[in-house]
Amino acid sequence: MTEVMIDKSAPEAGHVEKASIYVEDLVIDFPTDSAIFRRRYMRAVNQVSFVLKAGEALAVVGESGSGKSTCARALCRLYKPTSGKIWLQDVDVNEQQHQLSQRDYAKEVQMIFQDPFGSLNPVHTIRHHLSRPLKIHHPELDEEQIEQRTIEIISRVGLSPAQQTADKYPHELSGGQRQRVAIARALAVGAKFILADEPISMLDVSIRLGILNLMEDMKKDGIGFLYITHDIATARYFAERTAVMYVGHMVEWGNSDSVTQNPQHPYTKLLISAIPEPGIRKDRKEMARKADIPLWTPTSVGCPFAERCLSATEQCKTTMPAVTQLAEDHFVRCFLFE
Amino acid sequence: MTESAHQPPALAAVQSNRFGLVMKKYLTAIARFYRGNPTAIMGTFIVGSLIIMSLAAPLIAQNEPTKRVARGHQPPSMELLFGSTRSGKDVFSQVLHGGRISLTVAFGAAALTTVIAVLVGISAGYFGGKVDEILMSVTNIVLVFPQLPLLIILAAFLGQVGPLIIAVIIGSTSWAWGARIIRSQTMAIRNKEFITSAEVMGESKARIVLVEILPNLISIVVGGFVGTSIYALMAEAGLEFLGLGDPTVITWGTMLYWAQSNSAFIVGAWWDMVVPGMAIAIMGGGLALLNMSIDQISNPKLKTGAYIKIWRKQKAQMIARRARS
Amino acid sequence: MIRTDKPLLSIRKVCVDYVTEHGNARAVNEVSFDIYPGETVGLAGESGCGKSTLAFAIANLHEAPALISEGEILFEGRDILKMSSTQLRDFRWNETSMVFQSAMNSLNPVLKISEQIIDVILAHKKVSKEEAWTRGAELLSTVGIHPSRMDSYPHQLSGGMRQRVVIAIALALRPKLIVMDEPTTALDVVVERDIMDELFELKEKFGFAILFISHDLGLMGEIADRIGIMYAGKLVEMADAAQILEQPQHPYTRGLVGSFPTIHGPRVRLEGIPGNPLNLLETPEGCYFQARCSDCIDKCLTQQPKLTQSAQAGERDRLVACHVATDLEVPA
Repeated sequence: MTEVMIDKSAPEAGHVEKASIYVEDLVIDFPTDSAIFRRRYMRAVNQVSFVLKAGEALAVVGESGSGKSTCARALCRLYKPTSGKIWLQDVDVNEQQHQLSQRDYAKEVQMIFQDPFGSLNPVHTIRHHLSRPLKIHHPELDEEQIEQRTIEIISRVGLSPAQQTADKYPHELSGGQRQRVAIARALAVGAKFILADEPISMLDVSIRLGILNLMEDMKKDGIGFLYITHDIATARYFAERTAVMYVGHMVEWGNSDSVTQNPQHPYTKLLISAIPEPGIRKDRKEMARKADIPLWTPTSVGCPFAERCLSATEQCKTTMPAVTQLAEDHFVRCFLFE
Repeated sequence: MTESAHQPPALAAVQSNRFGLVMKKYLTAIARFYRGNPTAIMGTFIVGSLIIMSLAAPLIAQNEPTKRVARGHQPPSMELLFGSTRSGKDVFSQVLHGGRISLTVAFGAAALTTVIAVLVGISAGYFGGKVDEILMSVTNIVLVFPQLPLLIILAAFLGQVGPLIIAVIIGSTSWAWGARIIRSQTMAIRNKEFITSAEVMGESKARIVLVEILPNLISIVVGGFVGTSIYALMAEAGLEFLGLGDPTVITWGTMLYWAQSNSAFIVGAWWDMVVPGMAIAIMGGGLALLNMSIDQISNPKLKTGAYIKIWRKQKAQMIARRARS
Repeated sequence: MIRTDKPLLSIRKVCVDYVTEHGNARAVNEVSFDIYPGETVGLAGESGCGKSTLAFAIANLHEAPALISEGEILFEGRDILKMSSTQLRDFRWNETSMVFQSAMNSLNPVLKISEQIIDVILAHKKVSKEEAWTRGAELLSTVGIHPSRMDSYPHQLSGGMRQRVVIAIALALRPKLIVMDEPTTALDVVVERDIMDELFELKEKFGFAILFISHDLGLMGEIADRIGIMYAGKLVEMADAAQILEQPQHPYTRGLVGSFPTIHGPRVRLEGIPGNPLNLLETPEGCYFQARCSDCIDKCLTQQPKLTQSAQAGERDRLVACHVATDLEVPA
């Protein structure tokens, strides 16, 4: 059940692969009340496994409540998993004994956020935002080198003139520019993996592609991305692999083109049919029943989509489907395919 | 190699440029604060002049405040600008020298209050959980205590207390409200992504609190300081008027106390009471004006900026044009 | 297709200024267009283009520091901007209603849905409370909500349902025009899809005109008959929806259309539009788009292009404000 996302066809299996983060059977519960006895929990993420490789992007697509942001924050160690493991190379990230300090972990994994207006501190200059991570994670650099690197990184993310930008405050930059600074900050740390939580959804439409293209260029420098989004079209544009999540479960995943052009899971099909295609006044047949999105708890059973699925059977309501491999890089969790 | 002796020109230029920029930033911020803001200008003028006059007391006042220089209860004249007290001391000199102490107590108590409020508020807001619960319980208890009766009882308990003790008493009992406000502001900032980003980057908690959160709270901290100064000024005067202060020290409050015990008003020596009273009132008023102007910056929706006048004028022009067409 | 009937809403050279100490920022700059009865007109643009400001202006809702400094907004011949407050009250909601951005968050959290709908009906029509209640229940079922939810509070409904309630309230008095400012932006894509479908059905059924404001050109292309593109307060292009999406003439429209990666098209690298939005307090001489335009010629730097008929034959009601597009010599 857990080997599904590892590239079994990798020819170089046997010697050290590229840097990677491996998430195994991640489960995250949150308390819904503050009782001491018989406290109730909701399950935000249920049995999710995936691999993030350096130089590649994995998109996690889902609607609100799908648990995609929670996964990203667990990867940042902002939430502790209820069960399951997260491996950075071969180090268990959450293991108590050989405590991986936040600074050491931060060197490898950084995050960029959705809101460009909240991710920078309004009282500090851009220079301060970038020199701090350099000072923390590269203590061997002296002041002049830090200044040089700061300017380099600012140019690298496409902000020019770099010198002037460094002296500015966040409110003097536009949304797209601020998001570039957030990316620059991750670069300053020197992280190999960047978790991008809806990085472009609050930006103007014409600016979004600039940011995505910048992230694409960074992939060539060996940085791996986890791209969280609700927009499956940009997921396909940017990421090599896509995973679709629903109510905390990963329901379909694999190569982006396979998943988006040939969706198999009923939920993925619903998502793709909802995308507007101008000019085509589609006579949309009903793709799913109208039902509320369920609140998943540790005791819930069955497939989360069973309430809304038109092909649901009794089995779907009582048992969680196992993973089926449809093609070399296309997996789905659905009884229709077992 | 002479690396250490001579900084490479690029870095030196950036550093001096940076200093100039920081200075420019503060000066333009100050200029923008005062432009079109008559409340701020007036408030600063009043507070500033009173502080300067009090500090320059030995230079301005010819007579010693404790020396008997005339007959009792002489009305204001050319020699004695504000007349004399019952014991013949110079009211003008007393009000200036007394101002030094009154203002020191007011600002000192406000500073103590602000420091405690900031420490408690930020810790409760940032750390949350148990720390928050404990600190908030303490804060709520202090908040519920009736302030003035508490001050009176403490002062009476300690006997006749000098200004220093008064400052400490006021300072240690007035912080609760400010702590609550700072706590809620901290909680609002804490959820912003730049804090999460600092944590994910591996910054120490202490640094996050001091460097990332605190600078964002400056305007409420300063506003709180000014507001508390008003309260402390009044509270000190009140305590001393009631006779709980040290009557041998000359402050605005003790001046009122002596005037009251000598029935100054009844015998017609109004200057004995009015002068210190006006000093307190004017200082309080100036501080209140300053407080109002700080509010205006933090809350632009109050619609009292300079643009409102321009807007009204243009709107009137537009209506006239429409009526004509 | 040239319409011969009278327009329902006629916006003529409207200017809306934001007054600041540093001068006036012209958020809407001499915008003119018409909306005909039963038509759906889309207005697209990004932040700062003035589309939301224009929506507010149509209902004459602006307060300081915004000022509608010039122009007329004619609804069936009457100028909204000259109306008195009683006339405005009659006009609002009876003839035109609005659905604002994040309107689902503007429902009063302490009142039941039924109370909010009834309030609106009673404020504009003299009917009894029972009649208003029945009407409210009817409205809810029109938008796909079971009347039993009349007694719910807003927090008991999902985001999509709240948005439907807001649309129902907008329909309460059967207005002739509904102005919708980003009605589905805060919703998940599946819910958005459902609401757009329902909106289309309602439009077919009741025949009202819609001014649909959004940044999502793809969504607009499905429901709008005509689309107008705004940039930095100016209307830069206006044409049939299909023409805008398939043959955009203005460089900004072209950039905007090319900024949406498609789900089914080929996987190629798209570029978006370089540069940053314009600061309205520092507008250049000449075309406002010059800093970001790849087709910029000398004339663009000095003369502001006017919204003119397109040069192409057979497209007489196609408008575009671009020197390069209108100066083209099109072979017959």
